[in-house]
Amino acid sequence: MSASDPMARNYLDNTSDDPTRRAPLVVGDNDFASVTETVCRVVEMPKTPPAWWIGFFVSVSLAGVLFAMITYLVTTGVGVWGLQTPVAWGWAIVNFVFWVGIGHAGTLISAILFLLRQKWRTSINRFAEGMTIFAVVCAGVFPGIHIGRVWVAYWLAPLPNQMAMWPNFRSPLLWDVFAVSTYATVSLLFWYMGMIPDLATIRDRAKSKLRFYIYGILSLGWRSSNRHWHRFEMAYLLLAALATPLVLSVHSVVSFDFAVSLIPGWHTTIFPPYFVAGAIFSGFAMVVTLAIPTRYFLHLEEVITLRHLESMAKVMLATGMMVGLAYSTEFFIAWYSGNAYEGFAFLNRAFGPYAWAYWIMVSCNVIVPQLFWFKRFRTNLVVLWIASVLINVGMWFERFVIVVTSLSRDFLPSSWGYYSPSIVDVMTFVGSFGLFMTLFLLFVRFLPIVGMAEVKGVMPQAHLKDVAAQGHGDYHGDILTERGR
Amino acid sequence: MSTETTTLTDSPAESALFGLVADFDKIDEFLDAVRKVREAGFTEWDTHTPFVIHGLDAAMGIKPTKLPFLVFGAGLTGCAAGIGLQWFTNAFDYPFLISGKPLFSLPANIPVAFEMTILFSAIAALVGMLAFNGLPRLSHPLHGSRLMKRATDDRFLISIEASDPNFDHIETRELLQSLGPLNVEAVEA
Repeated sequence: MSASDPMARNYLDNTSDDPTRRAPLVVGDNDFASVTETVCRVVEMPKTPPAWWIGFFVSVSLAGVLFAMITYLVTTGVGVWGLQTPVAWGWAIVNFVFWVGIGHAGTLISAILFLLRQKWRTSINRFAEGMTIFAVVCAGVFPGIHIGRVWVAYWLAPLPNQMAMWPNFRSPLLWDVFAVSTYATVSLLFWYMGMIPDLATIRDRAKSKLRFYIYGILSLGWRSSNRHWHRFEMAYLLLAALATPLVLSVHSVVSFDFAVSLIPGWHTTIFPPYFVAGAIFSGFAMVVTLAIPTRYFLHLEEVITLRHLESMAKVMLATGMMVGLAYSTEFFIAWYSGNAYEGFAFLNRAFGPYAWAYWIMVSCNVIVPQLFWFKRFRTNLVVLWIASVLINVGMWFERFVIVVTSLSRDFLPSSWGYYSPSIVDVMTFVGSFGLFMTLFLLFVRFLPIVGMAEVKGVMPQAHLKDVAAQGHGDYHGDILTERGR
Repeated sequence: MSTETTTLTDSPAESALFGLVADFDKIDEFLDAVRKVREAGFTEWDTHTPFVIHGLDAAMGIKPTKLPFLVFGAGLTGCAAGIGLQWFTNAFDYPFLISGKPLFSLPANIPVAFEMTILFSAIAALVGMLAFNGLPRLSHPLHGSRLMKRATDDRFLISIEASDPNFDHIETRELLQSLGPLNVEAVEA
């Protein structure tokens, strides 16, 4: 690796906004071979570092807790959870919405920023897409176990069953089954497709037969052919164009689970955009939470640069403000509608028995991101990391507030209740982090964590020297003078 | 530029030859070479690069892929399947009335139809891309090439197949040599 001289540590700071100079997306004295080396080194480490083993041990243990709790739940019944009428949707649904939301940042980075030609996405998109898939896996666990009789979970799908009935397609809960399973499938396809050229890189560098065969099969015999690249690029563009409306639809459909019902505090038209903004907000927070330690431990600071983290802080500031606007709009509409139940639902959120949760939500989601107005905090990794964790906490509480406060006190005061989780609820949720981190650590160790082919494509060396042949000066649209398309 | 030629002590017979590959490390020189190979009239040839190079499709004269049409067709199929599924299950095979909602109405069917459209199109995009590319193909003569190992790292390669009507082992090698590559390698079939 180049330029590791401690005197030159500030070469890592590429956050300057000098308009006369395009900020580099990869810092240090890197060329194509050094990018390959930096990324592949992680996969090719002959000995797994102790820090990985410690993290893996903790994660697998927590994942074990998750499976133990699920086993207890299935063998005993949903009574082991804290669910009690009137609150029949507890932590399982809160956790489901929380995890699905986290996934959204990965798709936003890989698809929407691709369509918007935000070239900085290339260093973090693989990593964020991986995070998406692991988050969706965790999300999928919760509705699956929450249905009560897990052994008839296939009733969710339009399959012939012993009731001789089909599922009800006029219910948003069924739309959700389709939305989340489509999302999981498309995210997986997108992630895998983007990885094929990088898997081929690892195959071509393989020193052992086993590694050669495993990565050889995974890379499907990729030959880097430009005739293949041409179709690959088109498929990638199409997938990005398909994933963009998909990601917006997924959390919209999740919000329909609430908005299509008649419960005060749920039955509002602001839910779809509000949920999508919240999802992106929480997802970027999770990307930052994971990226800061990962780039440090794996020495990826030259590829996942300070500027990347700063840009993500800006996205968190913007989406945090959108979420804050949604909170205040809900309050305004609750008052302006003149509907007594709606008005009560919101006063009850802010000042009722769950006020503590509401104010944790507001502090973490609206106040904490205000730090990111200041560059000093956006580029301070300690502040950034702590803020991102707090935002994750806040976004979990947002879902808790939405699900629980509305259900615990609806139209009929005689049926009000107060919901508290059981220890099984808590352990299941903590265990889901174990599952998430286990998958993430395996990904970091065995798969290319940075999209090498894409990063190389945005490096200055990837572009024609001849100025007359260059496109817009942003490295895009470089053309050959006499044969431009 | 140093031109280190691979001398073949046991030059493979023409029939056992897959073709020739040449590698470059500068994109500008590589693109120049690509244009010259194309102008020489080859048809069975290809380039191999670690990432997408803008302008390379134009330099090679690659026609736009038909993939979008396939994906569009798959999307329409998915949409029709989504609507058909909902009509068949809820309105035809087992009509059941719930909450006074109509048995079949488009507004309620849009989310599932939309998701099915995306699902079918996305699968078609990946599977179609691989099928048009002839992948997966785990065994290919080019995988035996020494130079190809760096086509996924930092080298830009041109390969010309022996099956091309214009191919002549000596002349084609001379042509590739004249383009200023780092190496030229004969690849066995």
